[in-house]
Amino acid sequence: MKLMWFHLMPYTELPDDFNQKHPSVWVDIHSSLFDPRRAHHMYNDFMDELEYAAEVGFDAVCVNEHHSNGYGLMPSPNLIASSLARRTTDTALCVMGNSLALYNPPTRVAEEFAMIDCISGGRLIAGFPVGSPMDTCYAYGQNPSMLRERYYEAHDLVKKAWTEKETFAFSGRFNQQRYVNIWPRPIQNDPHPPIWIPGGGSIETWRWCAEMDYVYCYLSYYGYKAGLTTMQGFWNEMAKLGKDRNPYRAGFLQFVGVAESRQQALDLYSEPAEYFYGRCLHVDARFALPPGYTTEATQRAGIEGMMTKAANLANPATKASLKATNMKDIVDGGYVIIGSPDEVVEQIRHVATSLNVGHLMLLLQYGNMSKDTTKYNTRMFAEQVMPRVKDLFDDWEDKWWPKPLAKGQRAAVPAFRPQLAAAE
Amino acid sequence: MSAPKASTVEINGFPCRVWTKGTGPKLGFLAGLGGLPRWLPFLDKLAETRTVIVPSLPGYPGATGHTELDTHLDWVLAVRQLIDKAGLAGADLIGASVGGAFAAEMAAIFPGHVRKLVLIAPFGLFDAQEPATDPWAQRKDNVAGLMCANGEMWNALVAVPEGANSIEWPIEMGRASEAAARAFWPLGNTHLEKRLGLIAAPTLILWGERDAVLPPSYAKKFAAGINGSTRVETVAGAGHLAYLDQPDAVARAVLAHFS
Repeated sequence: MKLMWFHLMPYTELPDDFNQKHPSVWVDIHSSLFDPRRAHHMYNDFMDELEYAAEVGFDAVCVNEHHSNGYGLMPSPNLIASSLARRTTDTALCVMGNSLALYNPPTRVAEEFAMIDCISGGRLIAGFPVGSPMDTCYAYGQNPSMLRERYYEAHDLVKKAWTEKETFAFSGRFNQQRYVNIWPRPIQNDPHPPIWIPGGGSIETWRWCAEMDYVYCYLSYYGYKAGLTTMQGFWNEMAKLGKDRNPYRAGFLQFVGVAESRQQALDLYSEPAEYFYGRCLHVDARFALPPGYTTEATQRAGIEGMMTKAANLANPATKASLKATNMKDIVDGGYVIIGSPDEVVEQIRHVATSLNVGHLMLLLQYGNMSKDTTKYNTRMFAEQVMPRVKDLFDDWEDKWWPKPLAKGQRAAVPAFRPQLAAAE
Repeated sequence: MSAPKASTVEINGFPCRVWTKGTGPKLGFLAGLGGLPRWLPFLDKLAETRTVIVPSLPGYPGATGHTELDTHLDWVLAVRQLIDKAGLAGADLIGASVGGAFAAEMAAIFPGHVRKLVLIAPFGLFDAQEPATDPWAQRKDNVAGLMCANGEMWNALVAVPEGANSIEWPIEMGRASEAAARAFWPLGNTHLEKRLGLIAAPTLILWGERDAVLPPSYAKKFAAGINGSTRVETVAGAGHLAYLDQPDAVARAVLAHFS
């Protein structure tokens, strides 16, 4: 299986009384809470952590896009990915992803992803989320009733921009361009970089991923127990559509904290986990459901209870039934897997096999976890967990993984000289 | 209240419900946020002396087709066809809230289509100095109090009627909200001020004195922009959907203006 290291880049210094004094971590979080001098260190710590994860052997490093968000400091994940392209060598770069409807014209995504693919020698995984209500409809003012149509059209345009050899005109419902001819073009051109789709639990998305042969990723913050129903729904739908159970069709996000013992793990990871589930997911419910964001088919399924409200569970603003913010409930609920290496190995094997997920995206930094603790968690996982779960799904081929240039064909990146770094 | 006569017209291939009740000269009503999931006492009052014709805007209760409308021009042309097919061309027209913005467009762009105009707290303008409230970013329990001075009036509008499909009813209510958002996201601003000067129809502007969505001071901006003779009246004890809060007072003012 593939083990991927995911960073959300949370602001790590939200005050203790944040939830009492502020209505939301997202959309209208107050600017006075943001100290750019502190953020300088946070960004550099986070990028150190991503580079470290690549160094210790994770298959991929993952970044994502959020706007006006106190737990996600990456309005542009592409900036981070381009830096990682230069500071890593063989690790896949998973940009999870660019919210297509937010880019005008959407060919900007085709261009920037092509740049990252060229700079990295063909290591890009191209994630295309619709984007959360908070990011797209509120922070970016997109019309919720048109968001999905714009998303699908932008997808068609980006894919055609990657694959069409001649300059072409695109006459869409929302986008019109006379001359589409992106330079650069992606290295992965057979036919294009792997496309992965992070989504909630809508049947429409599952069917579309199956039809397009894309990887479906369920990126919930609530762990494998809450995710089980969704992933079972996904696999049932694949079976109905006549698709095989290749676990690499799917990706799943899981928080993990590993230490020498369960008690040590509790000691180390309780504070950052409680910071994340307490402060970082403190999203005002008024930003939960812009009218039209959820399709009527999904609403109908939700009301009828067929879907166990999976789409809502993926959305922090509608977490009404899932409010654990203390470590015992967080662990009991399966949001965060903690324990000794043996205990974590057992749980990871259980997660991967019960959900049938070949791409496991791990959050090993969360909340206000320090760089030292993050590196410890990352190293413990790489050295003592990874080798004992790696064999899972060996019988299956991962057809959705990047195909970089052969090593001999790739540029040699000169060693970084730290004396040129920003002065302390 | 006896039931109105219901018929259906097609706009862009999608059905839109038209309710008719009463006798006398015709008048039309384009409803505000939430649309008309049920007939109203306000409309009954008007129907005592007038033929009241109530077409549903695309996506509002009783109608679909909002998903085909991408631009403001699409919307304006859909409403124009709705007015024509409902038999309202040349009649008096009332528009409230989001329906008010479209009623103003009709009078501005197709002056022959509207004899006299009543606008009840219409959408269409935005003033950054006095920003309108975001009706689409509200916690559920705040909505009723935002729409009406007496929140119970809103609750009564959207309550599930006996025998209604419990799955489809909330979806229909959500669809009305989506349709309004589709036309007016994110600020309610269609730059209507550019076209107000084209309105020649005698216009009455009504505004609930406790409108929590659009500041009552917006009434002056409409009055200043409209070219025809214009009068502003404040409705005491009313919120954004004044025709729900004060059906008698609003109906009286409307009928006096049209007479």
